[in-house]
Amino acid sequence: MRGCCRGAPTFKGTLPIENLIEIKGARHAYQTASGPLPVLDGLDVAVPAGTFAAVVGPSGCGKSTLTKLVAGLMKPDEGEVWLHGERVTGPRKTVGMAFQNPVLLEWRSILDNVILPLEIVAPKMPTKDRTARAMELLEMVGLAGFESKRPSELSGGMRQRASLCRSIVHKPEVLILDEPFGALDAFTREDLWQTMRDLRAAEPFTAVLITHDLRESVFLGDQVIVLSGRPARTQYVMDVDLPADRTLDALFTPPAAEMLHILRDQIKIAQGRADEGGV
Amino acid sequence: MLRKIATPVLAILIFLGLWELLVWANGWPNYKMASPSDLPPAFWKYKELFLLMGWQTLWRTVVGLLLAVIVGTLIGMIIGFSKLARDALYPLLVGFNAIPKATLVPVISLIFIGQHDFNTILMAFMISFFPIAVSVGIGLSTLEPEYRDILRALGASRFTIFRKIALPKTLPEFFGALKVSATLAFIGTNLVEIVSPHGRGLGALFKSGETNGDYPLMFAVLIALAVLGIVLYYAVIFLERTFAGWADREGH
Repeated sequence: MRGCCRGAPTFKGTLPIENLIEIKGARHAYQTASGPLPVLDGLDVAVPAGTFAAVVGPSGCGKSTLTKLVAGLMKPDEGEVWLHGERVTGPRKTVGMAFQNPVLLEWRSILDNVILPLEIVAPKMPTKDRTARAMELLEMVGLAGFESKRPSELSGGMRQRASLCRSIVHKPEVLILDEPFGALDAFTREDLWQTMRDLRAAEPFTAVLITHDLRESVFLGDQVIVLSGRPARTQYVMDVDLPADRTLDALFTPPAAEMLHILRDQIKIAQGRADEGGV
Repeated sequence: MLRKIATPVLAILIFLGLWELLVWANGWPNYKMASPSDLPPAFWKYKELFLLMGWQTLWRTVVGLLLAVIVGTLIGMIIGFSKLARDALYPLLVGFNAIPKATLVPVISLIFIGQHDFNTILMAFMISFFPIAVSVGIGLSTLEPEYRDILRALGASRFTIFRKIALPKTLPEFFGALKVSATLAFIGTNLVEIVSPHGRGLGALFKSGETNGDYPLMFAVLIALAVLGIVLYYAVIFLERTFAGWADREGH
């Protein structure tokens, strides 16, 4: 079988440094009017430094909760979250986030939107340097010449490109992507996958990508983590055995097809539909 | 640009023409209904009074409106950020707003007896803070969580998030409410000026016109009030263009 598949996640040794992101045995329940709603039940995630972890799973299984844990926006009821060998207890400046909704600020130009995190993280950085850094990224994603436009003047794909620039402008250690390509049409989405791949080669972040698209997870991920239905636990982890500078064509090779097939079976298990044949 | 000014001016001239025609066709005397041609003499005859009273009405309205902006924004922030405060304050606010403000004139006149300026400003404030409080509150409470999270994940303080995101994002709603509040504040000012004895301002001038049976004067006061209302409204529009012009999308 291609693509070295691990049935259960194994942590590579106990050295916390090796895995930049590590979640161990996270359990969490939201308090709702009709009693506690468990969303995480034994979540284990280990992402080595500089790699890209794609997380897939059924709708509403707690994937967004996972991003909040990594970002330090909430604490799990049980279990531990480690970043860079340090226990996560709250927000930290070394995180970048991008969402399905690009959430650009309409009253700022594209350039000023990208600069926003620098205003928080590096308030003393000279304006000239901020602009240079933002322009460097905007050029990389093909938005040079649009820096003084308002977000409302750009297409959905371009807005999402600007949102990606904003999420990495402060050189975060950890990049959290919560379905950033989910609302785009198929062709725009594939364009953005390639943009993401190129950004990854140029920037030093370690990424967690939440997605519903298995092809996306195989194209961008160094590993694909399959979560079970709610409450989520880590059901399956697959190492993606494709070259780092993979092209879209790589998705149409037999190894990729095999990986996609395995992932699809895992999703069916997660959805509790494993018994259904040939669906 | 010329067309932008000419269109409303033409509309006003047509309106005045129709008004004149209505009075002329019915042969109404000016104690029944004054016609536009009665107004310039009335304005000229009392020109010092109009300037004096108009200024008094204007400054008290603007001060009342400024108070409404400050207090309304504060209340809006409280009900926008705290669900508990929202649940607690909404019935009180709605109830207070439902009280006809005319009924409060004797109440505040009695509490702050003789304080005409203060009473007038207080009424202008009371009648106009509600739209501001509600719109700021709704603007803040409907802020999508992602907007907060992009800064919160970087460790930004609540105040920074408010200043950089929540406040500017609420500005279009705020100015929408301010347009309503600006005209409401005039109603509040005039209410006190007309109802309270020995009042000042355009409302008092209206009252004296009524007392003396000077109908052209009464109509002239109404027109002066309308002009002040228009001036204040466009001042708000100017501020809106300056501070929230981004919300105005070309071609829509």
